[in-house]
Amino acid sequence: MVTPQRPSRPRHPRQQETRASGSAVARAQPAPETAAAQRPPSRLMRQRVRSAWLFLAPMLLVLAAVAGWPLARTVYFSFTDASLADLDARQWVGFANYFSVLRMPSGRTLYDGLLVDPVWWRAVWNTVRFTVISVTCETILGMIVALVLNAEFVGRGIVRAAILIPWAIPTIVSAKMWQWMLNDQFGIINVVLLNLGLISGKIAWTASADTAMAAVLIVDIWKTTPFMALLILAALQMLPGEIIEVAKLDGANPWQIFWRVTLPLIRPAVMVAVIFRALDALRIFDLIYVLTPNNVHTKSMSVFARENLFEFDKFAYGSAASTLLFLILALLTIVTIRIGRISLDGGR
Amino acid sequence: MWILKRMAFYLLVGGIVFVAVFPFYYAIVTSLKSGTDLFRTDLWPTTVSLANYRNVLTEGTFVRNLLNSLFVSGAVVALSLLLGVTAAYALARIRFRGRSALLFTILSVSMFPQVAVLAGLFELIRTFGLYNSLFALIFSYMIFTLPFTVWVLTTFVRDLPLEVEEAAILDGATPWIIITRVFLPLMWPALATTGLLAFIGAWNEFLFALTFTSNNAQRTVPVAIALISGNSQFEIPWGNIMAASVIVTVPLVVLVLIFQRKIVSGLTAGGVKG
Repeated sequence: MVTPQRPSRPRHPRQQETRASGSAVARAQPAPETAAAQRPPSRLMRQRVRSAWLFLAPMLLVLAAVAGWPLARTVYFSFTDASLADLDARQWVGFANYFSVLRMPSGRTLYDGLLVDPVWWRAVWNTVRFTVISVTCETILGMIVALVLNAEFVGRGIVRAAILIPWAIPTIVSAKMWQWMLNDQFGIINVVLLNLGLISGKIAWTASADTAMAAVLIVDIWKTTPFMALLILAALQMLPGEIIEVAKLDGANPWQIFWRVTLPLIRPAVMVAVIFRALDALRIFDLIYVLTPNNVHTKSMSVFARENLFEFDKFAYGSAASTLLFLILALLTIVTIRIGRISLDGGR
Repeated sequence: MWILKRMAFYLLVGGIVFVAVFPFYYAIVTSLKSGTDLFRTDLWPTTVSLANYRNVLTEGTFVRNLLNSLFVSGAVVALSLLLGVTAAYALARIRFRGRSALLFTILSVSMFPQVAVLAGLFELIRTFGLYNSLFALIFSYMIFTLPFTVWVLTTFVRDLPLEVEEAAILDGATPWIIITRVFLPLMWPALATTGLLAFIGAWNEFLFALTFTSNNAQRTVPVAIALISGNSQFEIPWGNIMAASVIVTVPLVVLVLIFQRKIVSGLTAGGVKG
């Protein structure tokens, strides 16, 4: 996929013998990328490739400056003892931010570093739990909404417009809106639940240990299900209608049609949407930071890293957390792209 | 039976619309209440008051924050489209060594956890003296708008008819002429969609804006709203927060509703075609 396919050229032994003098040169040349390129590239092709790199250069430069270089620096900082107050006064400390062993004079051995930090592992667990639950719920609910929107009914356009509203609202605004609705004293949700007799007392949704994660999940699912629904709807609308007609003629009921016909056909598109959402959920920061500030029960890996970088004056430690988060995500991305076989070919 | 099914279906539809719209509706209702009305959970305002809006727009720096957000998002969109158009043409139409690897890199950058570059970006921004300036935000936002723009525009250019370009090549047009004279006129719909999505992304960004600015005058709207606070933690001015939220969100909702078909196609190009 990423490595270009080299055409295998059958080598006739005698032919090789006769061209013995030239074969070393021929072998030294890199194998041509495609069959079409086996001919020497024309002047036009050369000109086009040259301008391709010229066109790409500004974009690549900006990406290198804004992504490549800062990432390398973050990794570098994670091996130093840099502090926010004075970034330049730093010393190389190796893996000490990740893991270090301290031998006490008393003979006791202490372990230090990110890899043995319970707060970090708590953040990892929070993030993973959040990702699994939110993406699962969003996929199921998104599927239901997509199936509804795929049916023909009066007012479909209005419904489609309405579900775009949560998606259009900035995350910070939705966090604040929900924080108000979930407010323990004056929030409408507590009032409604009390009046219905579902709860006996007012709940501090965003602060209490038992409900903080649930609050984050509710807001995230509310905000992101539309995105899921629209992606699944796009896949549904590309299905050929005849297949479902044939299944109906064969006497399949709607339930069977969904599980046996529709779902297998849209599975690839759904998988891609799930992967994108999961990668997005794993780096969640703003919703948790604003909706449930300073709460160990919801703190995600990103929140942990930023907190150490800029609030706790542990710049190097925060860099180490950022680096680990990056490694986890990079690994997951590579694995999912390999498994999902997402085509990365630019086309023609 | 048939009627019962139909009713259940419409009940489901009604439920979906209600859940989607109610929180925003309630925010609008709250923003129109004032005084002690705020603490009564009425579903509609009994007396409409614009006091919250007046407070937000006259006290503090909210208007300045709005202008900051507009400036940053506008600049980010313009820069991303400028860099994205030529890059997309090269990636979609010219065969060259390493193209797949390049596309892979661009896709990976768009999935980057932004926290991973935070420390390095902070050093870079401080070195160039951009800390607490809007240019720091414009610069850092390129990390998510640029890969997205390039990716979506590439899928769009790839689907344009080949014949148009070949005719231009026969006429002796250089790649630059092909982009500016042949493709650009055809790309307006894609540019509008990508630009709008990039604008929304930049308008909503929080992490960089929170980290790279330090005083109220330089903040963008999301940070300003997140940091609105009262005299004590028991006096959070919910009315003001809701008024500010509505001001920020209404233009977005209107834009999204106008361009909804284009947005859906842009999202699927960015996500599903992968």
